[in-house]
Amino acid sequence: MATAYAFVAPAVTLLVVLVGYPFLLALYLSASDAVVGDMGRFVGLGQFARLLRQEIFQQTLRNTGIYTTTAVVAKVVLGMALALVLAGLGRHRLPGSRLIRAAILLPWIVPTALSTVAWKWMFEPQFSVINWVLVRLGAIAYVSDLQWLGEAHLARAAVIIVNVWRGIPFFAINLLAGLLSIPDDLYEAAETDGATAFTRFWLITVPLLRPVLATVVLFSLIMTISDFNIVYVLTRGGPINSTHLLATLAHQTGLITGEIGRGAATSLFMLPFLMVIVFYQMRLMRRKWEW
Amino acid sequence: MVGRQARRPAAYYLAAIPFVVALLFPFYWMVVTSLKQNAELYDLKAIPFWFRSSPTLEHYMFLFERTAFATWMVNTAVVAVLSTAIAVVISILAAYALARLRFRGGETLGGMIFAVYLVPTTLLFIPLSQIIRILNLGDTRWSLVVSYPTFLVPFATWLLMSYFRTIPKELEESALIDGCSYLGALVRIILPTAIPGVLTATLFAFTLSWNEFIYAVTFVSSTAQKTLGPGVVTELIRGDVYYWGELMAGAVLGSVPIAVIYAFLLDYYISGLTAGAIK
Repeated sequence: MATAYAFVAPAVTLLVVLVGYPFLLALYLSASDAVVGDMGRFVGLGQFARLLRQEIFQQTLRNTGIYTTTAVVAKVVLGMALALVLAGLGRHRLPGSRLIRAAILLPWIVPTALSTVAWKWMFEPQFSVINWVLVRLGAIAYVSDLQWLGEAHLARAAVIIVNVWRGIPFFAINLLAGLLSIPDDLYEAAETDGATAFTRFWLITVPLLRPVLATVVLFSLIMTISDFNIVYVLTRGGPINSTHLLATLAHQTGLITGEIGRGAATSLFMLPFLMVIVFYQMRLMRRKWEW
Repeated sequence: MVGRQARRPAAYYLAAIPFVVALLFPFYWMVVTSLKQNAELYDLKAIPFWFRSSPTLEHYMFLFERTAFATWMVNTAVVAVLSTAIAVVISILAAYALARLRFRGGETLGGMIFAVYLVPTTLLFIPLSQIIRILNLGDTRWSLVVSYPTFLVPFATWLLMSYFRTIPKELEESALIDGCSYLGALVRIILPTAIPGVLTATLFAFTLSWNEFIYAVTFVSSTAQKTLGPGVVTELIRGDVYYWGELMAGAVLGSVPIAVIYAFLLDYYISGLTAGAIK
């Protein structure tokens, strides 16, 4: 049907030229030794093999794994807790519940690069407000005792903290929508039967929330595994390459150092994980949308 | 809900406090820092949470007088408006065809668009930067106007499809019988009915463009072409010297437009967020 094809033509053209073609180019580049200004020679899987032998790359893979799992688990737990609190506030029609709901969304809607700059200032070695409080509480002796961004373990913790901070609202608002769709009488019936709050949560809330939870977790996995902004702004991958994620290492290798082939290969390491997540997400969506 | 055992509403307020404090403190800190005089900012003996001497606008003045901040703001707005406009128009057409017109390959295309929606920008930014150079758009803000629709169109199409599907077919059929073309039916019947959907898609597209960072920092390097995020992050840090007051002032000004827009359109925002218009 000609009209239909005409209507989808602009979208298809855009996606073929600026997503499909770059994807093929990524495959080519990752199988070459291309550098800036030189398309290089075909080296097969050589780049991938070399990357896997590099210590920085191994560290980066570990980082990406730890970053993604820790942050997503923390976001599920804290987001769930916040959703339950918001649902409670809303159910009792408590004054200010709408304002609170709006306020807690801020970390999610503000440009991440800019809010991360604020965190960078909060982690500053000499003037960290976090450390200032810890000194007053007697947890550390001097403000400069905790070098948040100067010590590998602390820096890894710092980037995770910022990611969790930014992601909690997304989980909370979506889980809240899920909670609100659970019929009240289920809880009332359970309560009549003498079920405790914990039993009600475990046997009613959790199972009925599973589809929402699955969708949100899959989306979050994609966004977290492919994250760039927080690490780039907070540590640039440092100290001594200890906090790199695949995307920031790809940026450094491919565009700063100029080894485009290896940079493209670094990015493509995300692909197998993404394909698995996309597969599950599409299965979920297909059920929901019935294509 | 989890039960009516909580007959003490105060408990919910108490439980909300740590979340609200933790989620909002960085913004409070941003604003307070941006208004402090340098002497106070770098005084370890001062209590950091409030002002000892009077607040000052000197950091904000510095941004406008000594840096290209105003230009970055304009660039960000231009890029966000144009890429949103392009993406929304393209998406409306595609979503209408996918939601309403039966054609060969339509289902597959719908699935592919959803799959592209899930592709993160960091997967393909290196080859895309090569293509931007081939297109002769390297180091210009136009590179962003062209590349942002690649992630805006899939999600906007997806969102709009679900809105278009909720509109009764009869409305449109009567228009088609009266001699309207499909485009006519789309413009006169579907769009007016789907205004909340179009508004949500536009709001999200604008926010995503305004906040985009990785393309902006990879494709553009000259000061005059930069957008806000990269401008603030790369030009207010000179070597080892951090202009913290200015950095915070820039972060505040870059966040305010988005915060204001969203305050007015909160309900659209939440409906879009929970409809799966994520990222």
